Amino acid sequence: MSDVVLETRDLVKHFPLTRGIVFKKQYGAVRAVDGVNLQLRRGETLGIVGESGCGKSTLARMLVGLEKPTSGDLFVQGKNMSNVGAEERRRGRRNIQLVMQDPYTSLNPRMTVGDIIGEPFEVHPDVVPKGKRRAKVQELLDLVGLNPDHINRYPHQFSGGQRQRIGIARALALNPEIILCDEPVSALDVSIQAQVINLLEKLQAELGLSYIFIAHDLSVVRHIADRVAVMYLGKIIEIGTEDEIYDKPTHPYTQALLSAVPVPDPKLRGHRDQIVLTGDVPSPANPPSGCRFRTRCWKAQDICAEQEPQLVTRDKSGHPSACHFAEVRDVVHATE
Amino acid sequence: MSTDVNVKMDALAGADPDALPLQVKDLHVEFRTRNGVAHAVNGVSFDLRAGETRAILGESGCGKSVTAQAIMGILDTPPGYITGGEVLYRGVDLLKLPESERRKVRANRIAMIFQDALSALNPVFTVGFQLAELFRKHRGMSRKDSKARAVELLDLVKIPAAKQRVNDYPHQFSGGMRQRVMIAMALALDPEVLIADEPTTALDVTVQAQIMTLLAELQRERNMGLVLITHDMGVVADVADRISVMYAGRVIEEAGVEDIYASPAHPYTKGLLESIPRLDLKGHELSAIKGLPPMLTNIPPGCAFNPRCRYAQEVCRKDPAPPLYQVSSSRTAACHFWKEVKGDE
Repeated sequence: MSDVVLETRDLVKHFPLTRGIVFKKQYGAVRAVDGVNLQLRRGETLGIVGESGCGKSTLARMLVGLEKPTSGDLFVQGKNMSNVGAEERRRGRRNIQLVMQDPYTSLNPRMTVGDIIGEPFEVHPDVVPKGKRRAKVQELLDLVGLNPDHINRYPHQFSGGQRQRIGIARALALNPEIILCDEPVSALDVSIQAQVINLLEKLQAELGLSYIFIAHDLSVVRHIADRVAVMYLGKIIEIGTEDEIYDKPTHPYTQALLSAVPVPDPKLRGHRDQIVLTGDVPSPANPPSGCRFRTRCWKAQDICAEQEPQLVTRDKSGHPSACHFAEVRDVVHATE
Repeated sequence: MSTDVNVKMDALAGADPDALPLQVKDLHVEFRTRNGVAHAVNGVSFDLRAGETRAILGESGCGKSVTAQAIMGILDTPPGYITGGEVLYRGVDLLKLPESERRKVRANRIAMIFQDALSALNPVFTVGFQLAELFRKHRGMSRKDSKARAVELLDLVKIPAAKQRVNDYPHQFSGGMRQRVMIAMALALDPEVLIADEPTTALDVTVQAQIMTLLAELQRERNMGLVLITHDMGVVADVADRISVMYAGRVIEEAGVEDIYASPAHPYTKGLLESIPRLDLKGHELSAIKGLPPMLTNIPPGCAFNPRCRYAQEVCRKDPAPPLYQVSSSRTAACHFWKEVKGDE
């Protein structure tokens, strides 16, 4: 299994809800991530989709080590990060870097671009010797399509798309193998979005990177991902290759999510299989019993409230889905 | 005093019921800032018929929201100034009316929904109070009657348990529910025109589908004109009848929804359509538009799009900017080379 670069086993993150100031008492927990199993292979792009509040960003923060898991294990290149020493954990983190969502707040306005991209070298001084760091930063700027002469400029002198390129250059500074992109293009305009997506794809081909690509925009994920995981209320409810998820979705939530995405073609108006869900996502502090989607599901039966469906392959669709009544339904393509 | 919601209390002098509910002619707006004058809107024109959905499509900074603010008369002055043009409601130029008269048009005849419902609603009053306020101020209804109206409205936009929720504050609602409250508020006085400024941009796709379905339903029932301001080409394809594409403060293409998607006649529209990944088509290369939109303080001479355009020639770099050429009887495009862009069959 040498080609698995990142793996999670039953990763859980609960944020405690407490009452009282002096005598703190926990009376519940927000189950942000509730048992996630993932594998990321070398050179592939794994897309994670889901609506706001489904736990995808908390998952990302755990993967890069910004958040400590409540339980479960995280393996980076076969090493269990939860029981290695601090030094080794620090080295492990070098291999997995984060590109953040908002290019406006994720760059320090008082630092020059050169300092921002070079900052990782202060934490990991052995990657590039001191004298060569400036040249390395310029090389990185060139790699992401910015002018290397702009090294002394400040973030406000760049546009949104250029800032996102700076964020990508910073993530690449330590030669990582895994890049985690948390909504990297959702703050950008469509014409700029395409530029950044093309850049990410070019870098993957040149540097052999593995991506975890978190987004709520399903069409962007379809474009870039090899495999896709769909999350709902802290759990993965369906996972498969990009074709399996988009052409043969079996979980009702995936089907509803896909059918809700507007297709930019007026000819398809009224010819698509649209499922409009009712209600809102339940609170992760008090998720429904059994299947978490059952409160909004049109297929729900008694068994859904009693028994939690496992993420297993049930029918001939060939990919796992956490629904007792998993059944293929093509919602993306036009129906006549 | 009448308590019937459909009776407009305030008659507008000179309004012609047969004229179009909304007509914008050659609107100009500029912002005078310390760093120079930003030309946000440079001659925008469009018509809106009753029951029609007009989409105004463009990226951030193209002037689409400023256009909406100018129509509603809620532009911040200073720094924003309307320097020319007309906004006609049933033939009456709203820009020439005194503020006291304009106030009667706002919400009564032309209403607006904003993108961020949380900051558009007042956090210290209950939702019911804010809804009821409309009936008290514009219709002179009593507190009790107007509260009952508020409950009816929440029911109309399908908020469950409206009777209880009417006493909740905005922060107690979820994002989708808040947007429903905004819609309720906009529809309260039965306006003839609704301007929706990015109504679903902050929402998840499943909630977006709910809100757009609701809007379409209400529009059909009331034969209301809808101006939908958005950057989402998918939403536009789903709901719009006609589209105005904006770039650097100008409408650069105007056409029916089918025409635009089938054969765009302006390179910017074409570029936009080619740069979106599509759910139902896979493996096609994204062709990005190179470069960045211009600064509004420094719009390039000639066609504002020329530095990013693959069709650009010498004539495009010179003033005046290309006029709106008549592409067919019902569509226009501001490009000297629209024939080549469209690729005539």
